[in-house]
Amino acid sequence: MTTLTEKTPFVPDPDAPVVTSTKGLLKTPIVFGVVTVLVALLLAFKSREGDTTFRIAADTDLFELPEITVPSTPSLATVIVLLAVCTAASTLLASRNRRTPLWLVAVFAVLAVVGFLAWAAAGEAVPMVGLLSGSIALAVPLVFGALGGVLGERAGVVNIAIDGQLLFGAFAAAMFGTIVGSPWGGLVAAMCAGALVALVLAFFAINYFVDQVIVGVVLNVLVIGLTSFLFGQVMTENPTGLNDPPHFSRIPIPLLGEIPIIGPVLFRQTILVYIMYVGVGLVAWALYRTKWGLRVRAVGEHPKAADTVGIKVNRTRYTTLIIAGLIAGIGGATYTLVSVPQFGEEMTGGAGYIALAAVIFGRWDPIRATLAALLFGFATNLSGVLSVIGSPVPSQFMLMLPYVVTIIAVAGLVGHSRAPAADGVPYRKG
Amino acid sequence: MTLELRGITKRFGPLVANDRISLTVNEGEIHALLGENGAGKSTLMNVLYGLYQADEGEILLDGKPLEMTGPGDAMAAGIGMVHQHFMLIPVFTVAENVMLGNEATGFAGQLDIDAARARVREISERFGFDVDPDAVVETLPVGVQQRVEIIKALSRDARVLVFDEPTAVLTPQETDELMEIMRQLRESGTAIVFISHKLREVRAIADRITVIRRGAVVGEASPSATNAELAALMVGRPVELTVQKDPAQPGPAALTVTDLRVVDDTGHVHLDGITFSIAAGEVLGVAGVQGNGQTELTEAVLGLQSDVTGSIELDGRQLVGRSVRKVLDAGVGFVPEDRQVDGLVAGMTIAENLMLNRSHGEPFVGMGTIKRKVLEAFAEEKLVEYDVRASGIHATAGQLSGGNQQKVVVARELSRDLRLLVAAQPTRGVDVGSIEFIHKQIVATRDRGVPVLLVSTELDEIVALSDRIMVLYRGQVVGIVPADTPRETLGLMMAGERPEGVVA
Repeated sequence: MTTLTEKTPFVPDPDAPVVTSTKGLLKTPIVFGVVTVLVALLLAFKSREGDTTFRIAADTDLFELPEITVPSTPSLATVIVLLAVCTAASTLLASRNRRTPLWLVAVFAVLAVVGFLAWAAAGEAVPMVGLLSGSIALAVPLVFGALGGVLGERAGVVNIAIDGQLLFGAFAAAMFGTIVGSPWGGLVAAMCAGALVALVLAFFAINYFVDQVIVGVVLNVLVIGLTSFLFGQVMTENPTGLNDPPHFSRIPIPLLGEIPIIGPVLFRQTILVYIMYVGVGLVAWALYRTKWGLRVRAVGEHPKAADTVGIKVNRTRYTTLIIAGLIAGIGGATYTLVSVPQFGEEMTGGAGYIALAAVIFGRWDPIRATLAALLFGFATNLSGVLSVIGSPVPSQFMLMLPYVVTIIAVAGLVGHSRAPAADGVPYRKG
Repeated sequence: MTLELRGITKRFGPLVANDRISLTVNEGEIHALLGENGAGKSTLMNVLYGLYQADEGEILLDGKPLEMTGPGDAMAAGIGMVHQHFMLIPVFTVAENVMLGNEATGFAGQLDIDAARARVREISERFGFDVDPDAVVETLPVGVQQRVEIIKALSRDARVLVFDEPTAVLTPQETDELMEIMRQLRESGTAIVFISHKLREVRAIADRITVIRRGAVVGEASPSATNAELAALMVGRPVELTVQKDPAQPGPAALTVTDLRVVDDTGHVHLDGITFSIAAGEVLGVAGVQGNGQTELTEAVLGLQSDVTGSIELDGRQLVGRSVRKVLDAGVGFVPEDRQVDGLVAGMTIAENLMLNRSHGEPFVGMGTIKRKVLEAFAEEKLVEYDVRASGIHATAGQLSGGNQQKVVVARELSRDLRLLVAAQPTRGVDVGSIEFIHKQIVATRDRGVPVLLVSTELDEIVALSDRIMVLYRGQVVGIVPADTPRETLGLMMAGERPEGVVA
């Protein structure tokens, strides 16, 4: 017979969390190892002579920074050693059941990029300012698209249609910007176009419970068809009247824009980039700190619970999706109102899907998704810059770079991420 | 404050879930609504809470009819609900959950989280709850999560509180604490509706008891009524509440599990080195609060878990690492815990469901073709033997009631030469009549010399059927004790404490 008066507490592992598995820990060291070997292969198979110059000054700076010149091969060798050290450290951590810290991943990535540049641009100069500021410019549509994606998915609707929103936004911006004669008119039209695509998605996904992935993909294809048709049949008939929008010019911010490196990269951009800075902060604030954001997240996690406290689930999803569409529309406007003020068929080139990858890589968080989008922007611009200065890698390979980075990032480095629990699940009452 | 339901009728197509139900609850009173699973209790409460709209009847608060178009209206009128499946956002903090839908805001809709924290602290102090407003809900034990639900309702000044099967997920100790909280709420003037099918709890706490059966009120009872009287009222005929069985005649150990460890694909360890054995002709009951590794244990035996280490030996043959097919062929019968998901194919006929585990060959399949004659004869026979109430063997499984569906599953699993029966929640959501029947079948299986691994979150069921009881807590074995161990001891063990004298 047992007694209740004396008892010994049975606590298996009182403080230890239930998670003690080593699964997934090896991903980072494996990715590190593969990248290190790839970089080492560069040295082994095609060693390059000469020095590499990193040009980090711009003529508008308050004071001038010197150029940095390094010998190509020894630098690459040094980098490979450092990469190997990082890989070893990561492996050691994994063997002790610890995750690789984020700063180590960042250091590794920077080292790998520097090593690659030192090798690829041997005998040439790398325009660092151009490389970085171009990255921002290329990342702008991705950032807006990712913000739209984050909002939609946080509210529980998978938004595959980001690409359609970007493309339709780009088209509307070009057409109405030309008609109105002002880039602002184009911007408003782009936002409306993005919201229109979102509205169609919301209508089918929320009212008719159609599979959200399918509606999204169908919408993307529909927008490609529609814009290509209108481009071919309407725009090309009258290019000056319909496809010649005025563009936003660069606005240097006084003082901030004169800081070396940071100034030209961040603060000598168009108004759309400044809207992006504000937009990222605003979305993050609204999502985490406001009543609206709390409700959006509740609806995306557990719609029935939200319903039982009197929140209109589907209305919240509608409004959130439309706001997301407006934001993605701004991203579309950057295609036709900034660098090339002209619309072209399928000009987004699947950027919406990269933005979607940024949403996942960024773990459904506006700030992290923005950083991910910036990474993809950098990869894209890197391939462009290297083909200009003449790298030994075939240009077709360089064009693959952003997509390779996407796969490595999402598969290898995301770690354990959890989507909103009701993401993609339509809400039915009862 | 008096809440009155008058003639509430709710239909789903041809099914009348609530048939002219009337009841009243006064302030400072606990009114229990007693009925079997599927009697229409939850439907009624969803009507009361505004999730469903009643087809007929009205809800009156202090004599004034309430206009209900959604849950917001019920809350605004002062009706709060503690749901059976908590309506909490797992990744939110306690404060965020409490404020959701009722947010205090500052500039531009910015959340005033401090106000919510203060509200949580104030209510938790008033009732002696120990709840941290900044804890993330999914990291809290179920009992605490339930308190968050109560705080949520009280923070909206609820004067009527509806508890929908609140004890289903609690340990016996947590249940006692909940009862104490309900009494405290009653003293403070709250009107309480307590929905349950557990006779003992209803008798312990209720001031008045209304019994419903098949969607209609069949009578009122006083808390002094006996269990047998209440059960008879609830089921509509006298029922046997205890399971008749002879002492077990255990043979040699048949199933031996050694150092079993199960990890899921997100890295959670669900079973952490558990060891036990079951003798032939013995029922080992696995007790524990839901989610302490029971599901993973049954699935590991069947070969449904991918990351399993350790050993599971049945009659000396290793089961770990074998496919489900091989495990079934080794003579393992499996009653899964969710018959709708894992037990039956709702769109297929009863006959087809009865051959699911033998769809690869004899006796029902020859030359790759189903032998319909053999199958139909078999199905007809089982329909009678297991007392399945259906229009015929070609009725689809989805048309059957929960109890009859479960009988089909049990019939299929017991109709083979078994070396081991694994029964997970065999009577969950099943009417009392079918429970009796299924319990008898399990005991009969034991008496044929088959070892039985029984998993249930209903402690009563474990105690009634088992010869020995194993208590699981956080994936480890707290102890294996005789079936006559007092409930209090078992309750402590379910909360992770090992009383003196219990050996792991």
